[in-house]
Amino acid sequence: MLEVKNLSVEISGKPILRDINLNIGKGSAMVLFGPNGSGKTTLIKTIMGFSGYRANKGEMIYKGKKIDDMSIDERVRSGIGMMYQHPPKIRGVKLNQIARFLCDDEGKIRDLAHRLSLTEHLARDVNFDFSGGEMKRAELFQILLQDADLLLLDEPESGVDIENISIMGGILNEYLKNDDKSAFIITHTGYILDYIEAKEGCVMINGKLWCVGDPKEMFDSIKEFGYEKCKECPWLKRG
Amino acid sequence: MAEEGLGQKVDSEDLESVVSSGMDLSEKTRSASFLQQDSRVLFYRSLLEGVEIMGIKEALEKDPDVNGYFGRAFKLLDREYPGDTEGGYFIRVKKGQTVELPIQACLFLKAQGFKQKVHNVIIVEEGARVYLITGCSASRAAHEGFHLGISEFFVRRGGYLNFTMIHSWREDVSVKPMSIALVEEGATFISNYVCLKPVREIIMYPTAVLLGREARASFNSLILSHPNTVQDIGSRVIFRARDTQAEIVSRAVSLGGKVIARGHLKAEDKDVRAHLECRGLVLSEKGMIHAIPELETDLREVDMSHEAAIGKINKEEIEYLCSRGLTKDQAQSVIIRGFMDVDILSIPELLKKEISRLEDQTLKGAL
Repeated sequence: MLEVKNLSVEISGKPILRDINLNIGKGSAMVLFGPNGSGKTTLIKTIMGFSGYRANKGEMIYKGKKIDDMSIDERVRSGIGMMYQHPPKIRGVKLNQIARFLCDDEGKIRDLAHRLSLTEHLARDVNFDFSGGEMKRAELFQILLQDADLLLLDEPESGVDIENISIMGGILNEYLKNDDKSAFIITHTGYILDYIEAKEGCVMINGKLWCVGDPKEMFDSIKEFGYEKCKECPWLKRG
Repeated sequence: MAEEGLGQKVDSEDLESVVSSGMDLSEKTRSASFLQQDSRVLFYRSLLEGVEIMGIKEALEKDPDVNGYFGRAFKLLDREYPGDTEGGYFIRVKKGQTVELPIQACLFLKAQGFKQKVHNVIIVEEGARVYLITGCSASRAAHEGFHLGISEFFVRRGGYLNFTMIHSWREDVSVKPMSIALVEEGATFISNYVCLKPVREIIMYPTAVLLGREARASFNSLILSHPNTVQDIGSRVIFRARDTQAEIVSRAVSLGGKVIARGHLKAEDKDVRAHLECRGLVLSEKGMIHAIPELETDLREVDMSHEAAIGKINKEEIEYLCSRGLTKDQAQSVIIRGFMDVDILSIPELLKKEISRLEDQTLKGAL
């Protein structure tokens, strides 16, 4: 589904990502761990094509096509969807407006809004006076309406209470059961792993991918030893 | 003028222009209508008992009471006003009357180079409630036109006046409205101002004076500024009684013109609460917005605040919408459309929809 080859990214002249190689298969979910500032969000934003996040080396192939020179909306139309960690607030633009742009099935919009407890938020300016959890639910709401094939999830569970994690996790898991859907998920807390069957995990430290392995084992090890230990771990250099 | 309706009074070539200033020519969604072209009153009709509508000249001749109102608001503030006006409308809503459908008044410029000068008087008697929509526009032929509009609003005790003014001029017309609203105890004056079409120059600084306890005023403006135009537009509230409150909200988008967005809150009595909010988006390098918010009082027991923000469209907001599949251009126009939010206007849904449609049309053409 997505292949990242030897990708390096500089932001304002400063190298952030170095020689990233990554392969997310069709129908599979991959989890990305890493300490703050290691470059995880930069990687997702580069895949999405945000301005200022341009590769100075390497390439990205999605569904067999090179996407490096595509605009954000072209990438979205080809099936990539992103859930923001900190979405902006936009005055006067209603959540409902975006929903209708993404999906012309009014029944589906209402149904999904109801399941994510967002019915009353539809008529509000997007992300204005939304709590942390409401923002995350609204983000999930939008990419599911988009019917994205590759979900890029930037800390989907941060700031969300346990009850809502379970609702979001359940809906996400159901969505990803479809063999055509893939996901690349940044997580700090690991809670999302309780709901999603992710086959692979990887760790990013200082802009480099250190290893690829079983996400649950990795997360248990990170919880026990922290990321410092990662640098010495037996999987080192396998990534 | 019983049988013929407002629609028959407007020349076919001017229909579009008149409609773009918010007029319902069928009168179906309005309680009363008034039309003045250049200096001539062409039509007036009230469809509701308790609503009087006619030309000001006729009203002054018929009813000596009206003379007592004419010029009174200006005298109260010790301000001069031009005496060479020709026409204008007189509207009086009788005591206790609630008018559900808006009253509409249209001031239309037709002849080339004409200088239209009107003096309007609006009286909302005790406990009455009314929506008034005034549309000002010009025909294709009205090159180099000029419009001076004096308006005096009297909102008597416990009354409610919601006044919406839509300016739909042309690029070579200059406009100077002068208006004062006197708001008595427990009464509310709301002013909604919309100017989307090009105009050479507008200078206005409407003022509301809150004269009795629990009087309220609110000014809301949506301004779109086109290249080679100047809009010097402000709103002022003078608080002359305790327990009064007011709000001024404006949104201006410059596509290349100059906007001076003024606001002035002046508390002359205590226990006043007021807020002023001014936001501007500059979309073109030639555009210019100058926000001048002013708060003024000699007293301690007041609570007045303001916020002003001016800038270009936030790139992060554009990219957020792009990440939902909108192209950059689509994202930009959705953001501008959202910024010019009709929800800041305190108007009935019906009018909101009408103004929304006007915005869609204008922005589509302009962007």
